[in-house]
Amino acid sequence: MLTVEERQEIEAEFSRYPNKRAVSIDALKIIQRHRGWVSDESLRDLGKLLEMTPDELDGVATFYNLVFRKPVGRHVVLVCDSVSCWIMGCENLCQRLATRLGVSLGGTTSDGRFTVLPIVCLGACDHAPTLMVDNDLHGDVQPEKLDELLERYK
Amino acid sequence: MEKPLTKNIPPNGDGPLPLTAYEKAGGYESVRKALNASPATITDLVTKAKLRGRGGAGFSTGMKWSFVPMGKDAPHPKYLLANADEMEPGTFKDRLLLEGDPHQLIEGMIVAAYAIQADIAYIFLRAEYTLAAKRLSRAIAEAYEKHYLGRNILGSGYSLEIYLHVSAGRYMCGEETGLLNALEGKRANPRSKPPFPPIAGLWGKPTIVQNVETLCNLPHIINNGPQWFTSLSLTADGGTKLYGASGKVKRPGLWELPMGTTIREILEGHAGGMRDGVKLRGLLPGGASTDFLTEQHLDVRMDFREVQKAGSRLGTGTMIVLDDQTCPVGMVWNLERFFSQESCGWCTPCWSGLNWAERILRAMEEGRGQMGDLEKLEFQTKFNAPGHTFCALAPGAMEPLQSALKYFHADFEQHIREHRCPWR
Repeated sequence: MLTVEERQEIEAEFSRYPNKRAVSIDALKIIQRHRGWVSDESLRDLGKLLEMTPDELDGVATFYNLVFRKPVGRHVVLVCDSVSCWIMGCENLCQRLATRLGVSLGGTTSDGRFTVLPIVCLGACDHAPTLMVDNDLHGDVQPEKLDELLERYK
Repeated sequence: MEKPLTKNIPPNGDGPLPLTAYEKAGGYESVRKALNASPATITDLVTKAKLRGRGGAGFSTGMKWSFVPMGKDAPHPKYLLANADEMEPGTFKDRLLLEGDPHQLIEGMIVAAYAIQADIAYIFLRAEYTLAAKRLSRAIAEAYEKHYLGRNILGSGYSLEIYLHVSAGRYMCGEETGLLNALEGKRANPRSKPPFPPIAGLWGKPTIVQNVETLCNLPHIINNGPQWFTSLSLTADGGTKLYGASGKVKRPGLWELPMGTTIREILEGHAGGMRDGVKLRGLLPGGASTDFLTEQHLDVRMDFREVQKAGSRLGTGTMIVLDDQTCPVGMVWNLERFFSQESCGWCTPCWSGLNWAERILRAMEEGRGQMGDLEKLEFQTKFNAPGHTFCALAPGAMEPLQSALKYFHADFEQHIREHRCPWR
């Protein structure tokens, strides 16, 4: 069941678009903001509200890489692996992340604190290599300073 | 040297000017001016200013608007969309405009929307631009309070709503028709053209999609006139351009310079040249989907026509620099991995061909390259040429590959011959 709050936030989006299905991406993100990810059950409940079948909605959900159809950790780390960051050494950064956290790209730490995902160019190439943790962008990330950076996210 | 696009952006990374300060600096003047003129006059000014789209394709802005049905029989609602889905690898120019001067974008959008008599405008923003989302939301709210947006703007009788749509990832959303599908709440597959969006776009209604930098130029064209705008440029295309450089240069960054500034001036003058100990081998002049240029092209002027003459594209104008300590094959592998991953899977040459090219390049990097691989890669560049695919993603992906095969042929051969990457 969608909570009252989720439902209100989704319905508030209706006025900005001419039909309900146009809200699907916003709605998936609203659910994700509240629950961390989008479960099969959430998808069915949301489908009813948007007058879409669960399959139609899943077709949308699975297209967009920032809609999570699996549970993620409390913090999501997005490491840029596109060209400018690659030139500036993002492979070392990814390796360091993997050893420090004990997970490979796509994995979640056993304490549920971090999920690490690769991401396309973050549009901050003059500060490569870059990564994001939740909503925060970090540029000029030195592998040796990584521990310090991650400490801020409990 | 005038820098209309960035003059109000605090250089130290501070937040944008609040609305009152923006107005004091001449902000929203162009809205008053535009609303007192006819829509056709505005389109005419923009055509005369020779403003070409800054998203990569470089289409004439005024001409694009002229395709929109006008008059009392025109279908409504009409839409104006700001493409703020900056996701071309190596491109970071719109971020500056969005974070540094959101009112400039809104002002430009009102001008464009009025010229095509749009009723509704959306800013299509990529999800990762969280700071831009915050600043845009605030600027939109401020603009509504002062009646620059909403019903009967400044008593003119013209009405416009602007909404911010924050996306959820995927490079394909930046493709014009993929963006339309994404806004409609669908998968961002491209659409068949014709009909083109100015005739039948968002929900089948006339729609203009413009890049952020393009829209940000509009207030200045309206305020200062097309002649002033063309005089900013060193070449035939009007205006200034946000140029950038990333990679192993001394001072990576962004600079607003006259359109047509040479690669040498950007690279050596503004980016400070290569870092100590590395040499220039090549560069992608305007993002991941542009052909490599090399040292022999340093005096090429960075505008649409000149870069094309040199065998590449201006693209987004933000160059990615390859140095001699970095493997060109590895770089192209990285690029093709990106394009292969971001293919929407809609048409076969793209999903199959890009994946194939990516696997060949990976094999070379891992010491498993074979004789005949280069011919297969050459074949892919033909197979995915413009006209063979549904949208520009795959042809764009072939640009760095085909030019790398030309300029770095010996490096590819060495990978195959020695069964290893010499840089690893």
